[in-house]
Amino acid sequence: MTITAWIVSGLVLVTSGGLLISRDWRLELGLLGLQYLGVFWLTSLHWPISMAAIKLVTGWMAIATLGITRLNVKEAEEGTKQLWPQGRLFRIFTAGIVTVIVITAAPSVEEIIPGIGLPVISGSLILMGLGMLHLGMTVQPFRVILGLLTVLSGFEALYAALESSILVAAMLSTVNLGLALVGAYLLTAHKPEESV
Amino acid sequence: MSAPLLWIILPAALAIPALLIHNRRILSIFGGSLAVLLGLIALILPIDQALQVGSFSFKIAPDIEILGRRLILTPADGSLLAIFYGLVAVWLFGGEVTGTAHRLTPLGLMVVALLVASIAVEPFLYAAILIEIAVLLAVPLLLPLNQAPGPGVMRFLIYQTLGMPFILFAGWLLAGVESSPGDLALAVQSAIILGLGFAFLLAMFPLYIWLPMLADEVSPYALGFLFWVLPTITIIFGMGFLDRYSWLRTSAQLSQTLSLGGLLMVITGGLWSAFQRHLSRQMAYAVIAETGFSLLAFNLSPEKAVDAVFLLIIPRSLALLVWAMSLTQLKEQVESLRFSTVQGLARKHPVTTAGLILAHLSVAGFPLLAGFPIRLALWEGLASQSLGVAFWFLVGVLGLLTGATRTLAVLVMAPQGSGWEIHERWGPGIMIGIGVISLFLLGIFPQILRPVMANLPAMFEHLGK
Repeated sequence: MTITAWIVSGLVLVTSGGLLISRDWRLELGLLGLQYLGVFWLTSLHWPISMAAIKLVTGWMAIATLGITRLNVKEAEEGTKQLWPQGRLFRIFTAGIVTVIVITAAPSVEEIIPGIGLPVISGSLILMGLGMLHLGMTVQPFRVILGLLTVLSGFEALYAALESSILVAAMLSTVNLGLALVGAYLLTAHKPEESV
Repeated sequence: MSAPLLWIILPAALAIPALLIHNRRILSIFGGSLAVLLGLIALILPIDQALQVGSFSFKIAPDIEILGRRLILTPADGSLLAIFYGLVAVWLFGGEVTGTAHRLTPLGLMVVALLVASIAVEPFLYAAILIEIAVLLAVPLLLPLNQAPGPGVMRFLIYQTLGMPFILFAGWLLAGVESSPGDLALAVQSAIILGLGFAFLLAMFPLYIWLPMLADEVSPYALGFLFWVLPTITIIFGMGFLDRYSWLRTSAQLSQTLSLGGLLMVITGGLWSAFQRHLSRQMAYAVIAETGFSLLAFNLSPEKAVDAVFLLIIPRSLALLVWAMSLTQLKEQVESLRFSTVQGLARKHPVTTAGLILAHLSVAGFPLLAGFPIRLALWEGLASQSLGVAFWFLVGVLGLLTGATRTLAVLVMAPQGSGWEIHERWGPGIMIGIGVISLFLLGIFPQILRPVMANLPAMFEHLGK
């Protein structure tokens, strides 16, 4: 079980790192789908499968919402605003730094929240860290929503071990779906002359 | 009939058909009347008390159960509901003249219902999720579909969303502190995480970068509404934490942190306002300073602190209402709200200009205006504790006053020989006029708020006792 959990932590590292590096929205949504599979697995270590499946279903619904909306948005509208250096090497380098920080910090976090397991903590911290990094590098609606969904999925993987209320699960699902809907709204919002 | 059904579910449910109404006037009257009705019911009918009307007897039950958790509005919440819905009504009535009713009425009602739910939910920690859902609804409220989202909107979404995980996690840690009060390290960790959560939600120094950016991008009226409603509920939510955890309430470090955070917000908000050349951004900096005043109010003696925080609510709402309405009127006349484009507008829009300046002065705590009595009480209370804090408080207030004076100078700076050409619209002019009169009334007779404010501290079991 532990080895599988570590593999899943590795998977979320690859997917969240991929989200940071990739610039193809289809690939990004695919990676996000895989990421939710990982989050589902990490959550299922503390929740019953039927309840953990909420994370997977909600995540995939959010992806579907974003994907359908993104299909109808012109390609040129993306990639206009850049806050930081955007080179691929730079992003890989910063992702590497965040990963090293997470690996260093995970045992200390395990001391604060004992009984969750290092793989779950590492996986969720990787998601939160790389999601935050993603948010720090962009103000493009699509990428901001991907970053927020990544941060929240990391938090949810961790929080599932602490809180097993159905209401909380439902409310967090609402937040995830709401974020996807807001993302869809922001993607379609534009000045009248920009309309297709 | 239960209280959560009446003050949470009913407005949220009625907001859905309101989405289908396209007539601005009908929407505004519908939303405003509903809020007035809910406010009056909260004022007149006590919660959880049997009432007899002729042969008909009824009682508003305090709670409702959803998925094993409760939404509960106690009799002590009645005053807050009355004030809250009363102020919301004024904002919604103003939606028609500012052209925002089609978004403000349905989405505003939903946001308000969710924020009231955040006060009512038990365990109270879940309020963080409800506030987050309200923030998500605020995005279409701020940004119409025909406007591209700017960095301000995106940062608003990011910063407000990041607050939720911190608060939920801190709540879990605080439960641990409750069970092992001797664990100092855990207490410090939970306080830091909780502080970070509230710093994000309240846009505390230095996490308020998005506020002026957002003010630059969206409708001043919708923004003013959110600038009032979100921090107000977040502060009440924060007071819930202080009420619940005695070690947090009595912590000297927390008191110092709040004092420092509040002071930094007052100083920076005031100083940036003094040097700002954009009218909307000036409102944003004033909002930053306002939040700073609320944080500083926690530094007063326990029995005064709760009163002071509540006394800030109505003047804040009223000043922001007049300010946002005036800005909306000016924005209709000019391309941008930069100083260079609004020069001399006072000659064409005297009432709007008066509203703008007086609202700004009220936030700065100018004598005879609504903000003055509470600023004075706050300043006096802080001075009795530390003269240094009182001095820096004055610096922030002077910054706000300088901003107001510069705005006034720019607005009256018409070319020599140009006469008065009044282009004021009746509807907004009357509303701004009533707002200005109310600012003076609250400034001259602050005691008129006493009857409704007196019961508010009863919302908390320990805080302020």
